[in-house]
Amino acid sequence: MIAPPPTAHAKGLILCETCSLVCDPGPAPHPHCPRCGAALHARKVDSIRRTWALLIAAAILYVPANLLPVMVTYTLFNTSHDTIMSGIVYFWNSGSPDLAILIFAVSIFIPLAKILCLVLLLIAAQYGVDKGLRQRALMFRVIEFVGRWSMLDIFVITMTVGMVRFRSLATIDAGPGAAAFGAVVVLTMIAAHTFDPRLIWDRSETRR
Amino acid sequence: MPKPLPALIACPHCDALYRRPALGRGERARCARCNAPLYREAIRLNPDHLLALVVAASITLVIANAFPVVQLSTSGITHSASLIGSIGILWEEGRVLTAMLAFATTIAFPVAELGAFVALLVIIRREPGSPHVAALLRGIQMVRPWGMTEVFMLGIVVALVKISHTAQVVPGVALFAFAALTILLTLIVSYDLKALWALRPLPRADS
Repeated sequence: MIAPPPTAHAKGLILCETCSLVCDPGPAPHPHCPRCGAALHARKVDSIRRTWALLIAAAILYVPANLLPVMVTYTLFNTSHDTIMSGIVYFWNSGSPDLAILIFAVSIFIPLAKILCLVLLLIAAQYGVDKGLRQRALMFRVIEFVGRWSMLDIFVITMTVGMVRFRSLATIDAGPGAAAFGAVVVLTMIAAHTFDPRLIWDRSETRR
Repeated sequence: MPKPLPALIACPHCDALYRRPALGRGERARCARCNAPLYREAIRLNPDHLLALVVAASITLVIANAFPVVQLSTSGITHSASLIGSIGILWEEGRVLTAMLAFATTIAFPVAELGAFVALLVIIRREPGSPHVAALLRGIQMVRPWGMTEVFMLGIVVALVKISHTAQVVPGVALFAFAALTILLTLIVSYDLKALWALRPLPRADS
């Protein structure tokens, strides 16, 4: 096993968040990057507290996002309300199980998995757990990458609403759940951005 | 004044510090500790190639938004749907937040990114040290995660499959434009912005 490389922090150096230049901050109290002018911080400011706040907000909104209708269909004879889940069931029953699985994955599974994984990463970082470091690092990169695909349902709703405009015959509107769902996606994306993955490694560093 | 150390590289995911290795074409550097990709010497795009791609993407974006995505007909009623029209309907029906979210991620942020990119690439040829370059690059990095054209493209496909059970669907010009835009943006995003930051001159470290 090769010896682990030293960290920038251990050497008193800071990586610029904005332009990726490694800098020696010197004695100044509030150093700025000499190349791009951004403020230099060894770690993202208040990462753990901000990420917790965003995740709690996302978890609360996850409830109305799944319970309130995201689409309302008006036809000549009746009005029907669809939640995300009933939309998935519709796809499943109407002969598109592949799409049902896709929507389930990006709209229900990913947001929930993202919240739970970030909670796990936060707790592990706070308690300085030093097992599964590489696995957690990978988990974070996956979360960061897949998050944007959860927005899929918002776009499906937008285009469906635009397409189904057959005057009195049939019309579809978006429901109040759509905004809550969009907020969940945006909040979890910001939460993944506020979480500093270097915190996964920090405590195990000082203990060694 | 903080001292720049361009010969070093730190992993943004775990802070491991390395001397920057020289990479060959197509090679990528990964962190030995956490396995995160550090940087790549990808397809040799220079800023001029990038400018060509960005201009092409801008034109495609205009086409994608100026024309209908699909034309639909059922029981003798025919109409067409465009992206901006669909967002307008959401807005009129009182779904203001949803409309704003869709507008921001499919129109506003991609337009902002491409506009900033054109300005950046024109300025960086003449004066890489200009403060505008830093501001534009920072702006692009800020809006980039929120432009979601490729997700929107998949959204159109899903909506079309759904609607094809009940109405006749004729694809419009914008459908193909969005497909082309998705490919162009994927190419543009694959260009590592660190290479543009590296064009900026460093202050002399003599203090």
